Amino acid sequence: MNTPAGRPLIELRQVCMDFAKPSGTTLPVLADIDLALRSREILGILGRSGAGKSTLLRIAAGLERPTSGQVYHGAAPLTGPAEGIAVVFQTFALFPWMTVIENVEAGLDVFALPRSERRQRAEAAIDLIGLDGFQDAYPRELSGGMRQRVGFARAIVTGSPILLMDEPFSALDVLTAETLRSDFIDLWLEHEIPTNSVMLVTHNIEEAVLMCDRVVILSSNPGRVAAEIAVPLPHPRNRLDDAFRAIVEDIYASLTSRAIASLTAPAAYRGGLALVLPRASVNQMSGFVETLAGPPYHGRSRLGEIARVLGLQVDDLFPVAEALHLLEFAELKDGAVRLTTAGRLFGHGGTEERKRLFKEHLIEFVPLAAHIRRVLDERGEHRAPRVRFESELEDHLIRRDVERTLRVVTGWARYAELFAYDDRARLFRI
Amino acid sequence: MAQHAETLNSPRWHLRRASWPDLAATVLVLGMLIVVGSGAHQMAAPLATAPPRISLSPAALPYYTLQTTMRMFIAITVSLAFTFVYATLAAKSRRAEVILIPLLDVLQSVPVLGYLSFTALFFISAFPGRALGPELAAIFAIFTSQAWNMAFSLYQSLRTVPRDLDDAGRSLRFSAWQRFWRVEVPFALPGLVWNTMMSMSAGWFFVVASEAITVDGLNIRLPGVGSYVAEAIRQHDLAAVGWAILAMSAAILCYDQLVFRPLVAWSGRFQVPAQPAARGPRSWVLEIFQRSHLLQQLTRRVATGLQDAGRARLSLPARVHAAGKRLAASRLTEALWYGLLCGSLVYILVRSVGFARIALSWSDVVAAARGGALTLLRVIVLVAVATVVWVPVGIVIGLRPKLTRMIQPAAQFLAAFPANLLFPLAVFFVVRMHLAPAVWLSPLMILGAQWYILFNVIAGASAFPQDLREAAASLRIRGWRWWRDVMLPGILPYYVTGAITASGGAWNASIVSEVVRWGPTELTAGGLGAYIARMTEAGNLPRAALGIAVMAILVIAMNQLLWRPLYAFSERRMRLD
Repeated sequence: MNTPAGRPLIELRQVCMDFAKPSGTTLPVLADIDLALRSREILGILGRSGAGKSTLLRIAAGLERPTSGQVYHGAAPLTGPAEGIAVVFQTFALFPWMTVIENVEAGLDVFALPRSERRQRAEAAIDLIGLDGFQDAYPRELSGGMRQRVGFARAIVTGSPILLMDEPFSALDVLTAETLRSDFIDLWLEHEIPTNSVMLVTHNIEEAVLMCDRVVILSSNPGRVAAEIAVPLPHPRNRLDDAFRAIVEDIYASLTSRAIASLTAPAAYRGGLALVLPRASVNQMSGFVETLAGPPYHGRSRLGEIARVLGLQVDDLFPVAEALHLLEFAELKDGAVRLTTAGRLFGHGGTEERKRLFKEHLIEFVPLAAHIRRVLDERGEHRAPRVRFESELEDHLIRRDVERTLRVVTGWARYAELFAYDDRARLFRI
Repeated sequence: MAQHAETLNSPRWHLRRASWPDLAATVLVLGMLIVVGSGAHQMAAPLATAPPRISLSPAALPYYTLQTTMRMFIAITVSLAFTFVYATLAAKSRRAEVILIPLLDVLQSVPVLGYLSFTALFFISAFPGRALGPELAAIFAIFTSQAWNMAFSLYQSLRTVPRDLDDAGRSLRFSAWQRFWRVEVPFALPGLVWNTMMSMSAGWFFVVASEAITVDGLNIRLPGVGSYVAEAIRQHDLAAVGWAILAMSAAILCYDQLVFRPLVAWSGRFQVPAQPAARGPRSWVLEIFQRSHLLQQLTRRVATGLQDAGRARLSLPARVHAAGKRLAASRLTEALWYGLLCGSLVYILVRSVGFARIALSWSDVVAAARGGALTLLRVIVLVAVATVVWVPVGIVIGLRPKLTRMIQPAAQFLAAFPANLLFPLAVFFVVRMHLAPAVWLSPLMILGAQWYILFNVIAGASAFPQDLREAAASLRIRGWRWWRDVMLPGILPYYVTGAITASGGAWNASIVSEVVRWGPTELTAGGLGAYIARMTEAGNLPRAALGIAVMAILVIAMNQLLWRPLYAFSERRMRLD
């Protein structure tokens, strides 16, 4: 399909998405998204979990209608799943009751073709994608990599010029994912598949830099376009190239500034309590601090560097880094992380020393923990029901964040022996 | 194993939190019951037909068994048809769902054998002087024992199609018809097949009970195993009872081996998430079938035809579709629908209160409630006794895979076997030993139902994580502490599942087990079941309806106040995340 130059294949204008909550209020997931998928490009959508990446892709696929804003498919508004748009899913979404070839043929059901033509086109797609010989296998007999190949074949057989991919490689092991990525890039570069442009949702920074021509970074809660970074590198790309690493660190820096902004946003500090705590356990923090305190870092590293060494994805790395920043054991700045004096002491200290430090910092820098402790101290029997704090937080936070925040603060306080929690009675006590 | 998961998730044991539509549905169903019960009385009189003669010769048994089996087959077909219509409607239309699902919940709690007599009268008056009336009544009784459960299963599956599969279907632009047959129904199949099998096992009990009933002095006999046993009881012929038990066992085994085992094995391929090929149930019939070239070729045509039918788009023209949607979304339709619901609710309420005031007095309510208390006590004691006996046995069996493979099919067979065929043996014994019927007839209620506890506990124990067992062993946790801290919490959700079914079965069985006969001797244990049975036989249908209503309320109350909280508790305790 040839699109007139300049006209994007898919365009999102001022798209907002709210989810209805059981309580009747709404939860904004995406806000003011402006996005265009141009001809002959691979566009990456990068963000942390909860940034609404998948929702964004589902909107672009016509699987979901935005609460407000417009979605254009070429010149026409998109009102539902449309011809010319195919989707590849994170979970493969193969029908377990169909064989490989039946799954691929399902992509042609919409055209109501004669049986022989259907079979022939499916065979061609299977050939192309490297599934020959697996036609009559059921998905359960295949490895993850082969399953995702079926997912690709099913999308490609439709002849769609637009391919939307929702973290297509994240359920695969590292080696398989690498093979599939390069196989796909080869087919795309050689024009062997009908795909013209790709929108790739991912939380893997290196994957985005490896595959995409342009990466759009989404911030979280609600998802907004935070930055756009071009990747003007020729294929095949090398992860160890300086240019490659520079772009990776750029993205880390962009994500870091977002993270710090969310921790220090004045709105989050209503009374000091309503701060959504990052989901990091004390064990993760300890491991991170120990690594960072030791050689060769000696208390300071670029985020991309340490993430690569520890094998951490964005969704594992940032909560830990944020928690350390919040507790002032480390400082996040410009895509780098640096231990504070307290952080160094924590890294080198023994169990008792660590607990003492952690308790001090918890009281000082996490108002919610201090608040719960104060309430417990004031009460004669040193007990307080959880629901008391739930309702207090619910004035400012949504239900999900309340749950998460209380869970996190309970975990931290248990480690610090600041207070205890009885889940059966749903009661905090000392 | 897939089956265990299904046992647990099976909608029969799904207990929703009661809400106002549930209350409305309860009023609706019980009100209908009273109205129909009072109305049915008038049409009973002129319908006497000569019941067919039942021969007690063993040679006649194969024919009777075949008749009984055919009834089951017809009923299951009707149930399937009903399931597809009812469940699809409930799953696709929010408005229909509001009333259909609470209705199912209540219908499940109404004892089938209670209203058997009303429906019998209804069908007989619809087809006077012909055997078709009683036939339809029997089929209807079996249908009501199966259909609710199956409809729930399909409804739940349709509502829980994994989002990625649903998305895939939509992004490939399947039409509604294609989505239903290519995504939703295949996904629902394993649950539906499993539930159909479970419903079928429950059905044998009712087919036996519904072949020989007495309403208002009217003796209804249908040729079948049930009436064969009834005749044997009348003539106190113990040998004939033995033959009947044998014939029934053979029929159940055949059904299991030839129909359901292959179906369950075949439906394994629809299991989501897909399991490794080696696991899952197997069936020799299916294997023969799959290896035979001839059979394969014969069925391939049918299979391709069906697939093509599912592939057809059959979508409504866009304009019709849009118009339908607009109509459905309009405020007016909404108001009309809820108005209609409320109106019929009020009408039924007024009518049933009107009927009840003429036909019933407060003393009837007191009598029924007193009977209910006695039967409730029996159910509780019996479930407790069955628990004490079968939980340890089930755990011991379930922890030994070899033993499990041998015993589990037997337990399932025993659960399917209609316990009412065994009643004469027990009654014979009670009469001979001059035992007190009020005590010694009680165990009959749990005779068939206790096996549900056993096989669910076996399933639970064999699904118990190996690493937890090993951890307990290495910590040297033994004796009472092992039971209390390790095993019992581990099987609790499974046990609750079994116990819910067992208590439901016991309630139902009370109607046929609290009054029993052996030749001219009649033994009565008292209780609500006896009350319903007596009132039905005497043709006092309003009182029978009252008894059924009381029983339904007790069942619902027990589910809401005991089983649902217990199930929620056991599930919460077992979860790690």
